[in-house]
Amino acid sequence: MSLTTNPRTTENRNRPLSQVRPKPSLRDKYGDRAFNIAATTVLLLSILAVVFPLYFIVIASISDPNAVYEGKVWLFPSGMTTEGYERIFADSRIWNGLGNTVIYTVIGTAVSVSTILCGAYALSRKDMPGRKILMLLFVITMFFDGGLITKYLVVRDLGMLDTVWAVVLPGAVGVWNLIIARSFFEHTIPNELREAAQMDGATDFKFFFKMVLPLSKPLIMLMIMIHVVAQWNSFFDALIFLNDDSKYPLQLVLRNILIQSDVSSTGTTGGDIESYAAAQRIAELTKYAMIVVSSLPLMIALPFMQKHFTKGAMIGAVK
Amino acid sequence: MSRTIPARRGRPAAAPLPQRKNSLSLRLKRISRAWQLYVLLTPAIIYILVFKYWPMYGVQIAFKNYNPVDGFTDSPWVGLTHFIRFMNSYQFGQVVGNTLWIAVLGLLVAFPIPIILALLVNQLQSERFKKFTQTVLYSPAFISTVVVVGIMFVVLSPRSGLVNNAIQLGGGEPIFFMGSAEWFRPIYVISDVWQNAGFSMIVYLAALAAIDPALHDAAKVDGASKLQRIRHIDLPGIMPVVTILFILAIGNLLNVGFEKALLMQTPLNLSTSEIIQTYVYHAGLQQAQFSYSAAIGLFNSLLNLALLLFFNTVARRANQATLW
Repeated sequence: MSLTTNPRTTENRNRPLSQVRPKPSLRDKYGDRAFNIAATTVLLLSILAVVFPLYFIVIASISDPNAVYEGKVWLFPSGMTTEGYERIFADSRIWNGLGNTVIYTVIGTAVSVSTILCGAYALSRKDMPGRKILMLLFVITMFFDGGLITKYLVVRDLGMLDTVWAVVLPGAVGVWNLIIARSFFEHTIPNELREAAQMDGATDFKFFFKMVLPLSKPLIMLMIMIHVVAQWNSFFDALIFLNDDSKYPLQLVLRNILIQSDVSSTGTTGGDIESYAAAQRIAELTKYAMIVVSSLPLMIALPFMQKHFTKGAMIGAVK
Repeated sequence: MSRTIPARRGRPAAAPLPQRKNSLSLRLKRISRAWQLYVLLTPAIIYILVFKYWPMYGVQIAFKNYNPVDGFTDSPWVGLTHFIRFMNSYQFGQVVGNTLWIAVLGLLVAFPIPIILALLVNQLQSERFKKFTQTVLYSPAFISTVVVVGIMFVVLSPRSGLVNNAIQLGGGEPIFFMGSAEWFRPIYVISDVWQNAGFSMIVYLAALAAIDPALHDAAKVDGASKLQRIRHIDLPGIMPVVTILFILAIGNLLNVGFEKALLMQTPLNLSTSEIIQTYVYHAGLQQAQFSYSAAIGLFNSLLNLALLLFFNTVARRANQATLW
């Protein structure tokens, strides 16, 4: 890589060190300062662009819907109301969806993480005959897959439609996650450790469960979090594989309320235009509140998860 | 990169074996000794066989008239009928065009932004501000696609949305963003950046952290400005990661964003928002034209694979890091 060349130029090399000391010209000094100001400004603007819509949704969710409608809400909530939240908590679809999501998330994460850890460990072992071919079998699926329709037909033929398994199994093992886990094992479990354990008569099972897993806590945490977030946020598999709306996960319920419907979900029937418009504003209010409620769990967990995700990115990058 | 990548260990030099018979029995012995590893691998293998390779085997229905009774194997062959029908259909140009539009636009806009952000964040002096910026910028990645599209609908609503309120305040006419075909692509790409740029930035930051600080110190001694150091140290340092992520992005070019496009679709913006995969969904799962839509899906996969192979070859010619 070109990086290894020393940026110190040859002519400097023969001079005494005192003369090679940094002597930034005034222009460079101001250049750096200008750069710092520009960089900080750009980043502050980016932060604003990310935060403001979210902040607005939070304040809109507790503001008088008429004030929001008339464009009076900008930086502070106005005419506080909790009606949006009350409506959500009274809505059985939301609770039912939340319950389903928790079930799918727990089962899905357990299945995915255990399959990935076991498989990745085996693939990390250089002494396993056929390792390369088996790995290739996985890698191929990253670049070519059978597509939506045949996946649907397979799940249907397996009789999994309208069951938990349709939501949990078809996307259980991501090859990318498998690769991350494999390179983690390759880099953190020294060969010597295994050889020593084998001397002491430990089998592969015993070594994996008693030594490798306890040494891999950061990886296990990362894998759990990746899958919890993915399963919590997923809606598409549920959309195509579930017909029975009592089995819908939260995201699918949200989609039906937030995106698919406008007024119909609030149950307005007839009435004059005035009450129709009022119902519509309440519906908007409920949407704001719903966005807040559904995103809150992951947002609260974010500071805790960040450390692990950053580490995960490192594993990916070093690979 | 300073972090030394361990020299690629080839196969352990196998001792030259005098006889063939020996080598076979040795291999069998090694396989049987590793049986517990195969057991550990079995669930993952079963998974890809059932949920990846079986659907791949089923792709043959793109060349058949699938009916549930005969299944994948015994449905009658019809050759390229479905492909020809798709290419002659009036949607073909539109759907393929829409797909390429948002894919290329997404790549041109959404790919460089995380790199720029990472280079800027990396230059920040204060560790706390650095951390804060990272956390804030990548938090939207944890919001679900459904909610992000939900946010678009409320924030861009023509009646009460934040954006239209601002437009009206400035004396403009409200715009029905989600119901307009011209606005679909900009909204799609901007929301993509809004949601994912911060998260993609993390990988580049990790790569930047791996650059030897001695290089920066030496450059400072020579009086290099910050911009010069970014240009000559940081950028070349993360180039291998950039190239690999670029190739991977190409490999996924026609697959990403399908869920979001589907969620953003309204009857009014279909002329720009109907992409190959949403078309597959509508034709296949909603109208049960399994073979026809499987053919379209296969067309999409092959197009994608061709792009990937093309760019990987280009990267190799240019002597950059490649996938293989």
